[in-house]
Amino acid sequence: MSILDIRGLTVEFPSRKENFVASRNVTLSVDAGKILGVVGESGAGKSTVGNATIGLLEHPGRIAEGEIQLDGKRIDNLDPESMRKLRGKRIGMIFQDPLTSLDPLQTIEFQLIETIRLHLPLSKAEARAHAVDLLDQVGIPNPSERISQYPHQFSGGMRQRVVIALALCANPEVVIADEPTTALDVSIQAQILKLMKRLCTEKNVAMVVITHDMGVIADLTDHVAVMYRGDLVEYGESKQVLGVPKHPYTQSLIAAVPRPDVKVHRFPQVDYIEGSAKPFKQIDISTHWLGKARDYKPVDGPLLSVKDITMQFLTKDAWIRRNRQYFTALDKVGFDIYAGETFGLVGESGSGKSTVARVITGLYHPVGGTAHFAGQELTSLKDKKQVLAMRRQMQMIFQDPFSSLNSRMRVRDIVAEPIKFHKLANTNSEVNQIVDDLLEHVGLGVAAAAKFPHEFSGGQRQRISIARALATRPRFLVCDEPTSALDVSIQAQILNLLKDLQDELGLTMLFISHDLAVIRQMCNRIGVMRHGQLLEVSETEALFDTPKHPYTKELLSLMPSMEGLSRSNLEEELA
Amino acid sequence: MFGFISRRIAMALVVMFVVALISFLLFRFVGDPVNQMVGVETTPEQREALRQRLGLNDPVLTQFFRYVLGAVQFDFGNSYQFKQPVADLIGRRLPATLELSFASAIFALLLGIPMGVYTGLNRDSWLSKLFLSVSLVGISLPTFFIGILFIFFFSVTLQWLPSFGRGEVVQIGSFWSTGFLTISGLKAIILPAITLGLYQMTLIMRLIRAEMLEVMRTDHIKFARARGLPNRSVYYVHALKNTMVPVITITGLQLGSIIAFAIITETVFQWPGMGILFLQAVQNVDIPIMAAYLLLTAFIFVVINLIVDILYVVIDPRLRTERSRA
Amino acid sequence: MTDNTPTLSGSEAHEASRSALARFLDSDLLHSFLSSKVTILAAIVTVTLMLSALFAPLIAPFNPFDLAQISIMDARIPPIGMEWSDPRYLLGTDDQGRDLLSGILYGMRISLAVGFLSVAFAAILGITLGLISGYVGGRTDAIIMRIAEVQLTFPAILLALLIDGIANGIFGNIDRETWAIWILTFSIGLSFWVQYARTVRGSTLVERNKEYVQAARVIGIPAWIIMIRHVLPNVLGPVLVIATINLALAIITEATLSFLGVGVPSTQPSLGTLIRIGNDFLFSGEWWIAIFPGLALAILVLAVNLLGDWLRDALNPKLR
Repeated sequence: MSILDIRGLTVEFPSRKENFVASRNVTLSVDAGKILGVVGESGAGKSTVGNATIGLLEHPGRIAEGEIQLDGKRIDNLDPESMRKLRGKRIGMIFQDPLTSLDPLQTIEFQLIETIRLHLPLSKAEARAHAVDLLDQVGIPNPSERISQYPHQFSGGMRQRVVIALALCANPEVVIADEPTTALDVSIQAQILKLMKRLCTEKNVAMVVITHDMGVIADLTDHVAVMYRGDLVEYGESKQVLGVPKHPYTQSLIAAVPRPDVKVHRFPQVDYIEGSAKPFKQIDISTHWLGKARDYKPVDGPLLSVKDITMQFLTKDAWIRRNRQYFTALDKVGFDIYAGETFGLVGESGSGKSTVARVITGLYHPVGGTAHFAGQELTSLKDKKQVLAMRRQMQMIFQDPFSSLNSRMRVRDIVAEPIKFHKLANTNSEVNQIVDDLLEHVGLGVAAAAKFPHEFSGGQRQRISIARALATRPRFLVCDEPTSALDVSIQAQILNLLKDLQDELGLTMLFISHDLAVIRQMCNRIGVMRHGQLLEVSETEALFDTPKHPYTKELLSLMPSMEGLSRSNLEEELA
Repeated sequence: MFGFISRRIAMALVVMFVVALISFLLFRFVGDPVNQMVGVETTPEQREALRQRLGLNDPVLTQFFRYVLGAVQFDFGNSYQFKQPVADLIGRRLPATLELSFASAIFALLLGIPMGVYTGLNRDSWLSKLFLSVSLVGISLPTFFIGILFIFFFSVTLQWLPSFGRGEVVQIGSFWSTGFLTISGLKAIILPAITLGLYQMTLIMRLIRAEMLEVMRTDHIKFARARGLPNRSVYYVHALKNTMVPVITITGLQLGSIIAFAIITETVFQWPGMGILFLQAVQNVDIPIMAAYLLLTAFIFVVINLIVDILYVVIDPRLRTERSRA
Repeated sequence: MTDNTPTLSGSEAHEASRSALARFLDSDLLHSFLSSKVTILAAIVTVTLMLSALFAPLIAPFNPFDLAQISIMDARIPPIGMEWSDPRYLLGTDDQGRDLLSGILYGMRISLAVGFLSVAFAAILGITLGLISGYVGGRTDAIIMRIAEVQLTFPAILLALLIDGIANGIFGNIDRETWAIWILTFSIGLSFWVQYARTVRGSTLVERNKEYVQAARVIGIPAWIIMIRHVLPNVLGPVLVIATINLALAIITEATLSFLGVGVPSTQPSLGTLIRIGNDFLFSGEWWIAIFPGLALAILVLAVNLLGDWLRDALNPKLR
């Protein structure tokens, strides 16, 4: 007998232009003490299912068909007041971002007691004791003291524990967690997942975990539902679905997941997903404008050599110099990158890996250390001509495809800007021709030129970013988390594109990511960073086989094992 | 927390210093004080003697220092028009202006806040739409025109309320005269106070509405709903408190500007406050009064802002645990 | 590929512009405009009033500045429909025998001119300082923002009065007609720049950290070009809203100053001046001299405010 039953759920968002169907005829159920994963990429409708269940669909969404039953009783047709009484009491909810889920102006104690007394007939003192007990259960040390603190006094991971305590405080039968670990670092993520699994069994709660992350699904869930564009495409026991996927979408999705344990040369082409890469227009690199990127003079030794780079940020300003306070973002970081290789930097948020990228590309000025590029010192370059010449050789691809393009400019102008600025072409017609070729080459097609960025999806925008970066004909490319904002299938396409471009143009790359699995697919050598320090640098395979630094070992141990995932498409691509 | 407040006090002092500087420059360099004080028949020698006596030949820095020292002791020099100490002139009129400002601030807050909360929570109700339409008319009608309309209807046509003056006033001590203690005084303040407060009321209402709408979209409100909290508690415990920081900022600014806007209302209703005095000073280039008025309004403004800052700390725990502020 | 045209080829350019038009016709902005009857009405009223003010010399029955057309014999004639009215004077006449309708049309010209000029002045000053403050940051930012903070200590009306007083002290009453309007524009504009500066600075701080700005820096583009070409177009949305609402506010402020007798001289009456003149006759029953110009002012400001209100909601995607 399942606790939560969703039958034929169809949710619509009517608007002026269309009647958007966010989920279509979805049927699911969860048993007490079990965890159901709902997985899918953006726009799959997985959050809609969660919000519909708890009666918090955003305006103008509505349940068009189907029903939701809680312990055998229909709840989707309850009046708002009865539904409200159900929330928190019988169905708990956990949201993605722990930093914004709590009221910043009230103490944890206030928020806990308020919720407990709303649902349970307890006195204030009893409620407080219950609250302290809950905080203890979710693993907050010293709960009787910390309970009187405000949310901002807790770290992100600790806040998510408080959120979980709040969701569980009336002993609900069902808990829905919408991307509960997405905003957290790998190490925190592992702890929270462990906590959720433990609480689920201990309290015999039926849990629905909504996520885009196959790792979470593989580690945590008993059953899994795979959604694509509002449809439930596959549903069954997690082992079964992940190991032997039946639906072609599930097969594509699983094949696109980067594995921490194997290195593939190319990701299998994901053909189920619409808008996937069209084949390149073949251009002859040896004669084309773009091919001149290969004509740079070869360098002896490393192309980029970074020594003892130190970077500080002002955290507290003051007119008097010695009263100012600084945060050290980089502490004597040094490494070499050789022509033609891909060097990876991996670390959690705040490790300083993105700061390294910004120092190298000249966005930040370090307080100490040197960086030599092709024999020239970067940080002390003063001559304008030399600075520009350097900028041209080095380009960067950013993380967020939605903010990395100026939304007020047409794609043609975006890609043409660097060419015109560096005067790399003589006439407008030449510039236009180059822009067209570049757009073709990154798999977008010429028609893209006349459009604005908002007309493209995240993956397509990232292709525009790549085209823009190539437009100065660089020889060194810095990729700062280029795929972490993308869905996994799109990620596979973009990573393939980067690999192809590197092969063709002989690019040297600095590849930054928090995702060890991605790093493994892309890089020849890897540096591990934490708290602004570079802990170790190794050849990729050596790092994964025999990590030296204890922190590296810890990171590796925290990686979700993807062993249960099907490998059927991977075998032929194994390097 | 101490650091935050002391930084704000330092800022307030800087503001006062700058205002004092502007006010001094006005006092000293716009028009020649000596020309204003003597008649045409005065000889150059007499003028020079006066200059010397007034200290106008001292270094500018000394003069500025003397000016600030005087201002701290409420000595702003003599008015050109009235040949009387400015402090006396202003002191006699200050109670009228402060009582008017106080009454209209109370009016603006007592009506503006509830209306703002209501319209923020009930976006689509007809009453909200009515409030919003009326408020838009309210900010579109210039204060002086509202005053004129009020006089036209309530004084000239209906003859319910007086159209000018403060009514009977009662002297309290040697400094204060109040209109709050007599019937005619209370009747006299109704129209001016509403006229003056209407604009602030609409602004406060619209601001609270906007903040309310903003806060209602945040994640923690969504999470509060997901915990099953009833609307009452979501609205008044969580949402309202979170709108308070921006609301207090703007409200503080608005209340500060009531003193300045009183100039208009006082003119329309012939209210014997310092606004009229200032206006006359502007028209007659009576610089000492202008300079003193400037200092006084800036001072009131700075005090209100300090109160606002202290309220921040009371409301927002993030400021209490002294972290680096962005 | 030498035969390629320098810019977009003909058909491509056509497609781009057509799609721009199509985009506009299909845009949420236009839709929200068309679905709000009040806003359409406000737009019609605004445009009508602005056009009639602009073409006042062509459509006004009299020229109120032309002494030859004024006769003191015609003073204080009531509007059409009342006893003693004169068909020549639709809305009656003022105390000097000037036609009130003509006076309102000419007065609106001055009110609108001062409004537009001061908004333009405030916007240019505020946007420039805000952009610099937000993009450069550090000490520059601190200084500009401190000045803004001090400036906020003086409400617009007080600042304008002060500047007028200072101008009075410096220029005396000589040639008041020539400088009064410019001082008025300057003082109103100066009291509004802070709002633009703060808004633009806020948006610039957000935009500056966005990756498209960093991408431009990585390409090597100098800061001032980035500010103008990349940041500026992205921060103009809120500026448009402020400018619209400020236009209303500037018109009110001008009227208020003129009402207080420190604005434009009565030889070139603006709406505020007309109301001030009329105010003296309110008690003697000649209400129209104050009320008609006041209504004209209120309708103009209300229409502009309605447009500003709609624009703010329409440009704020969060409120949809």
